[in-house]
Amino acid sequence: MYEFIKNIDRRWIFLLMFVSVAIPILLQIQFPEKATDLAVTTYEAIEQLNPGDKVLLSFDFDPASEGELGPMATTFTYHCAVKGLKMYFMALWPVGPQMVDERIEKIIHRDFPDMVYGEDYVNLGFKSGNEGVIKVIVTDFRKLYTTDAYGTAFDDIPMCQDIYSVQDMDLLINVSAGYAGTKEWVQYAVTAFPDDIKMVAGCTGVQAPLLYPYIPDQLPGLLGAIKGAAEYEKLVVERYGLEDQPQYLEGIRRMGPQLVAHLLMILLIITGNVIFFIEKRREGQS
Amino acid sequence: MKRTVPIIITALGGFVLIIAYFIPRTQGWGETAAIWFDVLASIAFILGGGNLLKIHLKKISDQNSGWGYSAITITAFLFTLFVGLGKIGVNPNIQYPDFAWSGSYRTIGSPFWWLYEYAFKPLTATMFAMLAFYVASAAFRAFRAKNIEAILLLGTAFIILLGRTFAGVLLTSWLPDWLVGLKLENLTVTIMKVFNTAGNRAIMIGIALGIASTSLKVLLGVDRTYLGGGED
Repeated sequence: MYEFIKNIDRRWIFLLMFVSVAIPILLQIQFPEKATDLAVTTYEAIEQLNPGDKVLLSFDFDPASEGELGPMATTFTYHCAVKGLKMYFMALWPVGPQMVDERIEKIIHRDFPDMVYGEDYVNLGFKSGNEGVIKVIVTDFRKLYTTDAYGTAFDDIPMCQDIYSVQDMDLLINVSAGYAGTKEWVQYAVTAFPDDIKMVAGCTGVQAPLLYPYIPDQLPGLLGAIKGAAEYEKLVVERYGLEDQPQYLEGIRRMGPQLVAHLLMILLIITGNVIFFIEKRREGQS
Repeated sequence: MKRTVPIIITALGGFVLIIAYFIPRTQGWGETAAIWFDVLASIAFILGGGNLLKIHLKKISDQNSGWGYSAITITAFLFTLFVGLGKIGVNPNIQYPDFAWSGSYRTIGSPFWWLYEYAFKPLTATMFAMLAFYVASAAFRAFRAKNIEAILLLGTAFIILLGRTFAGVLLTSWLPDWLVGLKLENLTVTIMKVFNTAGNRAIMIGIALGIASTSLKVLLGVDRTYLGGGED
């Protein structure tokens, strides 16, 4: 048995990982969530806005990180829509507009059919230039955005007529999977105009440690990976009674496989180290 | 000339952006420079496409090992480009019904949407999801408590791995109130907020100082390595 584990084929480990993720998904195992301070601050930043307030949602991620960031993007969209906020969607990533389209289709069109495009929400689409885009639109939207994502002139969109720059937004929400993303928004928008731009964000797990230095002054709220999404989801679900709507429980649902996968990782690390120390002792004895 | 002009452009662009940040009257100059940057970034997509074609076509013509993958890459690239740029299967925009190309290339049900939804999306998601398998295998084979630093790293990893799930809450829920800070979910927050933030801030300040000095060298034309080899 010892020899088998010591020389285990990595395909057995792959199988273990597959099973540990598949079982909680198939059995729909869910665990309770307790919101931490950062999730509460993020939730409150949106909750305290009034109907008609303007929110810029920059979805800077792609399908690769959809599993980690999709649920929080969905909840952000729902939260803004249910509060009656005016939503300005944009993206710094080439496939960001598709991430926006998905939320518009699955959340706004389905659950808020009365919302009108151009009056309640607008998709400004993708612009290339990464932080260069941020640098321009923090002072003048029209210099880069002459139309929305579908070719309608910026000034012909009713909700864009009184918008001149990002500083006119009441809140900036960023969902980020890397460069360009939250770090660039903090550096080129919030830091440059700390009194005029307030921002909360959601990011991948690997990004979160790099963004903690900006908390709380430049970044009051941050949702770190699926755990952050689940905490935020819990707050929104409880407030708006969404317990029976599975599309708003994706983050909480995905915490099940995460728990089992994390336990497997710990088990693998411990097993690997036990073998390491046994081998070391044997080498010492011989 | 080949090197002097790029150096002048770099210096001008860089100094304009620095001046624009500190002198409000010159803010417009900074915006103009940033717009140029955005235009160049758009052109870089064309350059990137050209480079992709060049590399893979060479691989195919040389019949290097794995040239078949290059052929697939080029076929997929050209096909997606054709479908997207040509707006194949896209209905005209309702506002401009007389213009065949006025519809969005992302229209639901269009061939480009189909490519995105059923090829690009599952492929990229699969690539990312495969990380979990490799990380698990690496955790078993490489994560060893060889010295004090490695032990500290292992301990932190265990706390974070457990603290980021309900397992952490469950394991330390028995701790009395006066030891609430030792509960795994709270320890995770402390590690992230205190140790991680302190370490990251120090690294960030160091990097920023390094970038400032390197940038100055580039702007003043002292460091010309970014121009590549070759003479004036």
